[in-house]
Amino acid sequence: MNNPPDVTQDSKEYEEYAHGVQKHVRGYLIVGATLLAFTMITVALSYVDFGAILSSLFHTNLTSTQGRKANIAVAVLVATFKAGLVGAIFMHLAAEKRLIYRILIFTGFFVLGLFWLTLLAWYDFPIFR
Amino acid sequence: MEIPYTVSTRPDTGLWNAKIGIWLFLASEVMLFGGLFSAYIFLRIDAAPGMWPHGVLNVPVGTFNTCVLIMSSVTVVLAWAALKMRRYRAYWWYMLATISCGIIFLVVKLAYEWPQKYDHFGIYIKSEALGKYEQYLGNAYAAEKELPPRLEITGHLHNPAALTDPNIKEYEVALDPLNADPTNPSMDRPHFLPLTVTHKIATIEKADVERATMFLPTHNAYFASYFTITGLHGLHVLAGVIVFIYMWLPVSKKVYQRNPEHLANRVEVSGLFWHFVDLIWIFVFPLFYLL
Amino acid sequence: MDASASVEIHHEPHGHDAAHEHHELGFWRKYIFSTDHKVIGIQYGLCGMVFLFFGFCLMMMMRWQLAYPGQAMPVIGKWLPHIFGPESMPDGKMTPNFYNSLGAMHGTIMIFLGVVPLAFAAFGNFVVPLQIGAPDMTFPKVNAASFWAFAVGGVVMSMSFFVPGGAAKGGWTSYVPLAAFDDTGPGRNPVFNGQTLWLIGFIFLITSSLLGAVNFITTIIQLRAKGLTWMRLPFFVWAQFVTAFLLLLAFPPLEAAIIMQLMDRLAHTSFFLPAGLVVNGAPVSISGGGNPLLWQHLFWFLGHPEVYVLILPAFGIVAEILANNSRKPLWGYKSLVFSVLVIGFLSFIVWAHHMWLTGMGSAVSAFFQTTTLLISIPSVIILSAFFISLWGGSIRFTVPMLFATAFLPMFGIGGLTGIPLAFNSADLYLHDTYYVIAHFHYIVAPGTIFGLFAGIYHWFPKATGRKMNDFWGKVHFWPTLVCMNVIFLPMFLQGMAGMHRRWYDGGQGWGVANEHTIWGLTGFQWNHPISWAAWIMGLAQIPFIINFFWCIKHGEKVNDNPWEATTLEWTAPSPPPHGNFVQTPVAYRGPYEYSLPGRERDFTMQSEPVEPAERTRRKPAAEPVLA
Repeated sequence: MNNPPDVTQDSKEYEEYAHGVQKHVRGYLIVGATLLAFTMITVALSYVDFGAILSSLFHTNLTSTQGRKANIAVAVLVATFKAGLVGAIFMHLAAEKRLIYRILIFTGFFVLGLFWLTLLAWYDFPIFR
Repeated sequence: MEIPYTVSTRPDTGLWNAKIGIWLFLASEVMLFGGLFSAYIFLRIDAAPGMWPHGVLNVPVGTFNTCVLIMSSVTVVLAWAALKMRRYRAYWWYMLATISCGIIFLVVKLAYEWPQKYDHFGIYIKSEALGKYEQYLGNAYAAEKELPPRLEITGHLHNPAALTDPNIKEYEVALDPLNADPTNPSMDRPHFLPLTVTHKIATIEKADVERATMFLPTHNAYFASYFTITGLHGLHVLAGVIVFIYMWLPVSKKVYQRNPEHLANRVEVSGLFWHFVDLIWIFVFPLFYLL
Repeated sequence: MDASASVEIHHEPHGHDAAHEHHELGFWRKYIFSTDHKVIGIQYGLCGMVFLFFGFCLMMMMRWQLAYPGQAMPVIGKWLPHIFGPESMPDGKMTPNFYNSLGAMHGTIMIFLGVVPLAFAAFGNFVVPLQIGAPDMTFPKVNAASFWAFAVGGVVMSMSFFVPGGAAKGGWTSYVPLAAFDDTGPGRNPVFNGQTLWLIGFIFLITSSLLGAVNFITTIIQLRAKGLTWMRLPFFVWAQFVTAFLLLLAFPPLEAAIIMQLMDRLAHTSFFLPAGLVVNGAPVSISGGGNPLLWQHLFWFLGHPEVYVLILPAFGIVAEILANNSRKPLWGYKSLVFSVLVIGFLSFIVWAHHMWLTGMGSAVSAFFQTTTLLISIPSVIILSAFFISLWGGSIRFTVPMLFATAFLPMFGIGGLTGIPLAFNSADLYLHDTYYVIAHFHYIVAPGTIFGLFAGIYHWFPKATGRKMNDFWGKVHFWPTLVCMNVIFLPMFLQGMAGMHRRWYDGGQGWGVANEHTIWGLTGFQWNHPISWAAWIMGLAQIPFIINFFWCIKHGEKVNDNPWEATTLEWTAPSPPPHGNFVQTPVAYRGPYEYSLPGRERDFTMQSEPVEPAERTRRKPAAEPVLA
């Protein structure tokens, strides 16, 4: 969101700013509806047997565990998309200042480091071999 | 003594103080829930086949709660927009809607979802006794269809005294549909609509039991993570509701009258927190309810 | 001090709530529940010092047991059981469990109740807003909440000594499964037991640190005075800035782990407990499925950045004092800033070097070994820059300078002795030995704590308007320095001989500690001089304590800038009033303009405008801006 004019400023300038905010309201409602729709989609997709679909597509025989992993990937992807909408539009990240991005990028790096390095240590994936 | 940039923005950063503050706090919350999610990942990966349950949570109710939170995210951003446009009445109604959604979410979780779990019973059968209860487990069928083994008999406990009385040697359980008819192909995958407990009663001897408890955090790794993550999330929802109530009460109207931008900023900051709480739920819902 | 420095009066858009600033606050709001960063800083400082003293006393008790295992403690041995319970020291003789409590709590208290509150919260709160020319922190009420959360956490931790079973015994690292089952069972309250209280207290401490970190970062970003660009910040502010980020991002995974351990203890979950666990000879009734390694990863994810939290503020303090007492700018300011940022970043990806013995594979071990060795580079750069800063300086050995100079070789020893530990192969032998204890104590004790002493002596005049006594400062310094080395240097040898940490009998019953002599004494026999040095060092702190409290009211009165320093805090009155500055300062130059050529005095304050004659290609007369 753009910086609001100072409180002490001209009220006409403020009216223009308020009008700008009004335009965003429509965006919020659309994103809200999208999120609700995608919630239904998430639920529906979870009952689709991706294991069977991938098995027939690639002519292999995926076990039920592998099929479940496919479902997990799909669900997490949809969840990431929804989270992205919440972040970008509701939390104004799409128009936010550089500083905030930098804080979040570092955080993202460290939380992924926590997951990935621990996973490596857990299973010693031979990525360096 | 006035702290600079509480409401107005500092020219070089373009931000006012609380905005940076809340994003820093949210960064720490990402790490907090990150720690819990990493626990979930490792517990799930390490779970022996058949030890991680699926379809034990009520999906329609969970979906409803998800929608409630999404709606509250919409109403809180509309509340903020109303403040920016200096429409206090509209703000007041949107804030009330947000608070109500938050309370509905908590009530559904604490008064329905969680108690539903405490009343449900699960018995892990000892591996050497699995054959004895094949009629309820259907492991031969599962092996044939390359499904994970079934190690648990679940349902409603008809003789709760058996939990504490060592003289009672068996559990009487009204079985869940899966255990009542384990070889039915419709039981291979979880259902959207929750299936009710059947009237078929099974008698399970304590000597064959590895572990028998209600669906409490102690029951298995799944419920441990479920209750911990949704519990911590619920505390965050409660905190958000309390803050919003404060911003909705007449005391906040005074802040609005003194400097409306100040209240708008406060609402934006709490709204950011609230969106984050919604964001966490967006991940929790599929990971626990659907997968 | 150059009072004629022209200072711009900076007008902020004024809110209409000026009324509340002008009425006098009552005693409770002014001194107890204050939101003023200076009062909060002093509150943190006093509490931190009390806890440091308490943790030191715990160590002195442990040293008795290590030197004279199984023998009754003289003098105080009689009444310790009255304080800590009859189970702790029957007949004045320490039980193994009590020794373990002392060990676990010594570590926890020194780190989380002593050093971090003092180094980060106390010095940070008091000095940072003054050094950046701010009237207070950005969130004063959050600041107060942060202190009170710390106070509650401190009370809970201290209380744990007095519950049945005594304080936590599982090490400051609380490794599971031991920590999950310790203090449970008959005779123990499910909530009011040592380990559970440790966990609960910790949640309060983490909350306090998180709130503080948010405050520090926002304040440094937003409230820097006009003209105080990032590269004109005193190094102390940079150090606190990075420290705050470490606390912000590293603490929460530990908070998650603590919540899970609490669930394991109170709700009988199995986050960290594998199936088939047998405790005290009997299988436990748990669901299993958990993993103790998960606790270790989450703990050390904090644990490693935590050690940088312990050292970075001390780096900052030492930097200020070295520059001030050598009358020379710091050498390599840019490399110092760059190094501290790199340390902050790398500190998040080295943690598994605390876990070399957990059976990690060679690939991931290689990764962590590499990052661990890499992180030593910026530390060496910082230490080298400090040494080089002294070269050619006009060094005056004030009491702060004594501590700051001693810091350099002491931290050097500590840092260099960490290098063998960075290799998992060497660590196979050295892990959990006294070598490790010597390594980290050299960094924290004659390292950080010397930095903190230096800071106390240095900023005492700003906080009180009076100086601490120089003679007694030297009486404090010299024995402390000598004793630190007598205590910790032999520990390297004990460790290399194979003596383990956390042995409650000091090695008396172990072959490695009794078979061979090192420099004439067996490993176990070295406990004697070490313990005596520890007790003498305890005595050497008495002049400091008396000096500190006496001089608050009776010390030599000094002006606002007794050390003739250049940074902005010395433009404020001593002690600074509410709001700090009579006029909001403006920065015109860097933080260490000592011995500028052609000037009458050997220091130029940061707030002094740049004269036309001074303007060079590198220092044009640009108007100070917010940047």
